[in-house]
Amino acid sequence: MTTVNYLDVVRGLSAELILAVTALLALTIDLSVLRRAERAVRTKSVGTLAVIGLLAALIPLFQMYGDAPQTLLGGTLVVNDLTVIFKIVVVVLTALAVLISLDYDVGRHVGEYFATMLFGAIGMLLLVGTEELITIFVALELTSICLYILTAFHKSWLRSQEAALKYFMFGAISSAFLLFGLSYIFGIAGTTNLRAIHEVVLTDSPLFSVGLLFVIIGFGFKVAVVPFHLWAPDAYEGAPTPVAAYIATGSKVASFFVLTKVLLIGFTGAEGSAFWGSFQSGWAMLLAVTGTLSMVVGNCAAIVQHNIKRLLAYSSIAHAGYIFIGLIAATVTGTTSVLFYVIVYALTNLGAFGVLAALSARAGGEDLEHFNGMSKRAPYLSLLMLIFILSLAGVPPLGGFFSKFYLFAAAVGRDAENFGLLWLVVIGIFMSAVSLYYYLIVLKHMYIVEPRDPSRITTPVYLNVALGLAALGVVLLGVFPQPLLALLNSLAARL
Amino acid sequence: MHVDWTIYTSLIGAGLIMLLPRESKTLIRLVALLTGVIGLGIGLDAYFAYNAWITPDTKDGFWHIANTPWIPLLGAHYHLAIDGINLPLIILNGFICVTGILFSWNIDKRPKEFFAFFLTLIAGVYGVFMAMDLFLLFVFYELAIIPKYFIIAIWGSTRKEYGAMKLVLYSFIGSAFVFIAILVVFFASGQGTFDMLELAKHPIARDVQLWVFPLAFVGFAVLAGMWPFHTWAPTGHVAAPTAASMLLAGVVMKLGAYGCFRAGMMLFPDGLEYWRWPLAWLALVGIIYGAAVALVQKDFKYMIGYSSVSHMGFVLLGLVTLNVVGMSGAILQMFSHGIIAGLLFAVVGRMIYDRTHTRQLDELGGLAKVLPFACVTFVIGGAASMGMPGFSGFVAEIQVLIGAFDMSPWLAVGAGVGIIITVAYILKAIHKVFFAEEEHTQAAPAGAPDHGHGHGHGHGHGGAGDARWDVPPITLPEKLGAIILMSLLVIIGLYPSIMLNMIQPNVEIFLRGLR
Repeated sequence: MTTVNYLDVVRGLSAELILAVTALLALTIDLSVLRRAERAVRTKSVGTLAVIGLLAALIPLFQMYGDAPQTLLGGTLVVNDLTVIFKIVVVVLTALAVLISLDYDVGRHVGEYFATMLFGAIGMLLLVGTEELITIFVALELTSICLYILTAFHKSWLRSQEAALKYFMFGAISSAFLLFGLSYIFGIAGTTNLRAIHEVVLTDSPLFSVGLLFVIIGFGFKVAVVPFHLWAPDAYEGAPTPVAAYIATGSKVASFFVLTKVLLIGFTGAEGSAFWGSFQSGWAMLLAVTGTLSMVVGNCAAIVQHNIKRLLAYSSIAHAGYIFIGLIAATVTGTTSVLFYVIVYALTNLGAFGVLAALSARAGGEDLEHFNGMSKRAPYLSLLMLIFILSLAGVPPLGGFFSKFYLFAAAVGRDAENFGLLWLVVIGIFMSAVSLYYYLIVLKHMYIVEPRDPSRITTPVYLNVALGLAALGVVLLGVFPQPLLALLNSLAARL
Repeated sequence: MHVDWTIYTSLIGAGLIMLLPRESKTLIRLVALLTGVIGLGIGLDAYFAYNAWITPDTKDGFWHIANTPWIPLLGAHYHLAIDGINLPLIILNGFICVTGILFSWNIDKRPKEFFAFFLTLIAGVYGVFMAMDLFLLFVFYELAIIPKYFIIAIWGSTRKEYGAMKLVLYSFIGSAFVFIAILVVFFASGQGTFDMLELAKHPIARDVQLWVFPLAFVGFAVLAGMWPFHTWAPTGHVAAPTAASMLLAGVVMKLGAYGCFRAGMMLFPDGLEYWRWPLAWLALVGIIYGAAVALVQKDFKYMIGYSSVSHMGFVLLGLVTLNVVGMSGAILQMFSHGIIAGLLFAVVGRMIYDRTHTRQLDELGGLAKVLPFACVTFVIGGAASMGMPGFSGFVAEIQVLIGAFDMSPWLAVGAGVGIIITVAYILKAIHKVFFAEEEHTQAAPAGAPDHGHGHGHGHGHGGAGDARWDVPPITLPEKLGAIILMSLLVIIGLYPSIMLNMIQPNVEIFLRGLR
């Protein structure tokens, strides 16, 4: 046994520790000092505390950036630039989700709401910063359980309860699948460290195939790909909008990041082949099938939705399908493209949900009809929504376009002689042409249909600024993608 | 040379308009007009500078304006250049932009957003024409798609949401084909760059070209209105407000044809050689089909919409002839048809429909006395459209015919039939809209032009037209816009060498590169 320097561990976990302290503070303050205050005041003050805690958590993360990579406790805690970047992304997304919540009626249990959100963020941070199967599982559970609770926060609304129950049932089953699969992997490899698993040659073992299959199914539930997606539309619709934003962005980023690591570090060599004409069983094939189904089903089902949250849920299923194409590419470029895509997607989606949360409470609902003529009622937020939605649709010069282009380019470049992955790219490209239809439907209601109630909607300034910054980020990542892309590329090369 | 500023000024203008208060409508219009005029001015300045610069021994005819690495990891460059092929189109875009704004002076509903979208679209179009990097071209190309949706769906008329969505989805599916072709050519060439001039120097393997070329060509040709992918064009043109119809038929369809040339023909010489015959026949079908369908239309705007499909057939036919005359004719036809279509849609949409609120040929009539200016404008535009000598349409189409004859006499004969049908429907329209004095209740039988039907009836009711139409007179902005476009038709018609002098050398350079 090597000795462990616990100071390094504490330092590596400082962001998580800050969040834990903030969460406990939020709980205590809400239960003691703010006991008799009005709900709006409580929401504002506890939420502000949470934002401050999140911003404070960024400080050690920025300090850690650029330090020598460390692997502590047998891979349980990995500190390198890539994990630090993704921890920063998770913290920023959480901060945005908390900001959106400030303006949202989260119910009676204000302290619990923000504390649960922060605990969820801790789970995501642990998930991002580990290369060890048990920690992956525990962190995933921590995140998921927080999200189940948050989904049910509309306590008096039956839909919310139903959504939470459904989400919980699906999530619990998927955890069982995941754990079962991981146990097989451990049984064969004799280790839970991803890099050590990679050392053991296991492709020819049938038990390994079972384990791989179950792990993929487990992750398939978490990132909501077809056919494991059924919880997503209900959970998004039933959950409070900021929570839906959080599920769709923060947890997606963390899950995809760890999935990338599991597949590309742990299971390299077991990918088989998804090249057209030379299919071989392996995780690439599993991803190709589920990815294709996600792109087709997600985009087609989104067309008929009336509820914008459900629409975005199906769109996120489709996006998960696109991301799988990048994972299948399994090159440095492919990994870069996946990481870039996930960041852009999360920022865009959070912005879209943010606008939705800010406007829906004042417009009376989240259906397309409630957003009729929104460009007259709230021109600024409508413009931001235009940017977010067009970015999701992949229209230049926005981030969504470039990330999609780069992802597809990476997939085609994987086998440039025979264009083995072109078939997936073709499906992706045509499905994103389909997706433009329903994204434009949203914009049609906001920009073209006349409003029934033309009164102006005013939104808090901090929200306008935060969402404006998100939109600016989406535009900048589309026009000047090079800095982040080069950074991710150099880090992905050392994955 | 600062011709890249056409893009930036248009975007700045759009941004500026967004910042103006929505109540100051005149100010918004003036800012838009000023932006358009600046863009046109820059384009014209570039024209003179380029013509002074190009000499017979100029190496490749490209004047590079900007070429800096944009996304090195992807091999994308911010590379803009002008040559004799895209410069006429840049100038065309400037003219259509200015006149389009003049013809939209009466837009009273949300003018702020209208002009912002309009100028964004203009900026995208400028960008496509100048981009020499495949990725950059694609970015501008897609950038130009979305504003069209809003312009048509918000300010359009007949079935506007359907027309807008159809147009956008057609464009997007076309660009999906292009997207695939771009990725394939990038990786198949192995050059690690999207620079089209580099890619053209190292053509990819022949067997790949054979299946990628149709993807690229057809993907762009969707927007050029190539038969059988043309159906978005008539519905889109009809649904669009006047300025957008002008822009759609005048410039956006040229985006498609230009893309066919620049990204399709330039990069895939073997594919072009293999596919040029089927493409020529498809273009011919488009010419005849578009004209024949235009002939039987009852809606004035649909007629002009289908005539665009027919005229764009000439462009595509000229392009695939692969000889200097035919291709120069095609490029000139792009310019010429851009002006003609702009003029005709301005007459139909702004001068007539905005006043009479009907576009049915059978309901219109006798407008020559009420709106003499519109009549003169349409007659001149129509004459140019049917290829009357003295107007730009003649110079362009005759060259395409000669080029096509060189390829196969039958192509020239077919295209000639198209021109004859064009004469028929233009005369029919002139008669029905401007001179017929009695309501036509009987539909015109297909194939038989019925100009002259109704002769002898109307003579007795000299003032019937005045009584039926109580409409406001043609305004100054309209007259100004129409005069600009009409004079262009005549100038190019009488003195085509001002355009051909720069088109021909570049076509020759292209053809030399092909061999």
